[in-house]
Amino acid sequence: MFPFCFEWIWDMSHMVFMGGLWYALTIMGLGLTYCIGKAFYDTYMNKGKDDHHH
Amino acid sequence: MDSALIPKGVKRCPTWQFALWIGAAGAVLLWGVFAMLLCWFKGLNQTNMNDSYGFALWIWADLAVIALGGGAFFTGFLRYIVGKDELKNIINYAVLIGFICYSSALLILAIDIGQPLRGWFIFWHANVHSMLTEVAFCLTCYFGVLTIEYVPLILENRQIDKVPFFHRISHNLHEIMAVFAATGAFLSFFHQGSLGGVPGVLFGRPFAYREGLFIWPWTFFLYTWSAAACGPCFTILVTWITEKITKKKLVKQNVIELLAKISGWMIGTYIIAKIIDTWYWAKVTAPASGFNLMDFYSNNPFYGIWILILEIVICGVVPALILITEKGRKNPVMLMTGIILAVLGACVNRWVMVLQVMAVPVLTFESWAMYYPSWQEVATTILPVAYGVILISLSYRYLPVFPQEQELNPEV
Repeated sequence: MFPFCFEWIWDMSHMVFMGGLWYALTIMGLGLTYCIGKAFYDTYMNKGKDDHHH
Repeated sequence: MDSALIPKGVKRCPTWQFALWIGAAGAVLLWGVFAMLLCWFKGLNQTNMNDSYGFALWIWADLAVIALGGGAFFTGFLRYIVGKDELKNIINYAVLIGFICYSSALLILAIDIGQPLRGWFIFWHANVHSMLTEVAFCLTCYFGVLTIEYVPLILENRQIDKVPFFHRISHNLHEIMAVFAATGAFLSFFHQGSLGGVPGVLFGRPFAYREGLFIWPWTFFLYTWSAAACGPCFTILVTWITEKITKKKLVKQNVIELLAKISGWMIGTYIIAKIIDTWYWAKVTAPASGFNLMDFYSNNPFYGIWILILEIVICGVVPALILITEKGRKNPVMLMTGIILAVLGACVNRWVMVLQVMAVPVLTFESWAMYYPSWQEVATTILPVAYGVILISLSYRYLPVFPQEQELNPEV
């Protein structure tokens, strides 16, 4: 639910619940975007191919 | 046939043997899928749920797998936030088990809501006064986090890892895994708690109702605590079962003992809190509603006082004592006894807080409402077990799940 939906009310419950949901989704989205974007960039620039994470 | 996909330096069973194993688990899976389709196409009349049991076997299974899947968030928290570096040797498996548990929970919920096509309503038409809404939000988000944590393991498959782009994604995900682990711990704290909050706020059900702190009943905190305590025990138990089936040592004993020790202290502190909570409930909260303790445990064919003793003493105090002491952890039989009892304890706790809550009569003219699941409910509850066996088998065969496997099995 977004604030522009007809069911939305500007009260604490909506802000906490929906704010928490969008906050968590934003962190996950930004994290994934960073990882995939950096992988694209590094592949294109041929950087970091020997990185190991163990 | 599939040797090019198997991780380097480890040995796996022949393909025909693996296919037979997957086939057996697949047959059970199909049985569950058949029951699931019956529930979806014919409706919830396929179950033995009724006006007394709006929550039944599925919700118990849901709560139990979520509690046991808590090993993923707590092990991740210990590994990435607290910095227990030894746990890197079991974190992959904890994540895989958590992924299976949470995907199973979502699958069971998809069957339980009866109309899976309307599952998205809870996000779009959210009831922001319901703890279950918060559970649905956190559960879905945390499943997303677990997927993100599981993906690097898939990308480490021998053949996939050869593709530079996938190798880099895997590397980048590892680099910022602490962010995802912290997000997972945050989400888990709230949904584990809210699952406990659901029975705790039922003021019309004196067996479940608890007082608490602000809007959170004590069960909110007890559920989170018990999941963090017993979840790692389930990870250890599944690791042990995997070792027995594969006839290999997969994780060093010091790693298992460290996790068991942390679990032991968590169970110990949890069970003290649980005893205080039970005592206060029996002496103050329930009598204020006109009930005595024994009203909840007598005059019925199933729920005797034994279930309380089983939950708190046998599956609470005993495993805590075993896992806290070094002697208990060093003895393999004692260790596994403690681990199994702790896992059983979490399951019994969720059972009484879902099923016994529904069974206990509330009004003077009511009697105990007993419930027996239909075969469709049983089959759909076993379905996630078969799914879990298949996913674990595939992951074990093709992915480097156990970093210490090669070192521990040098003869291969």
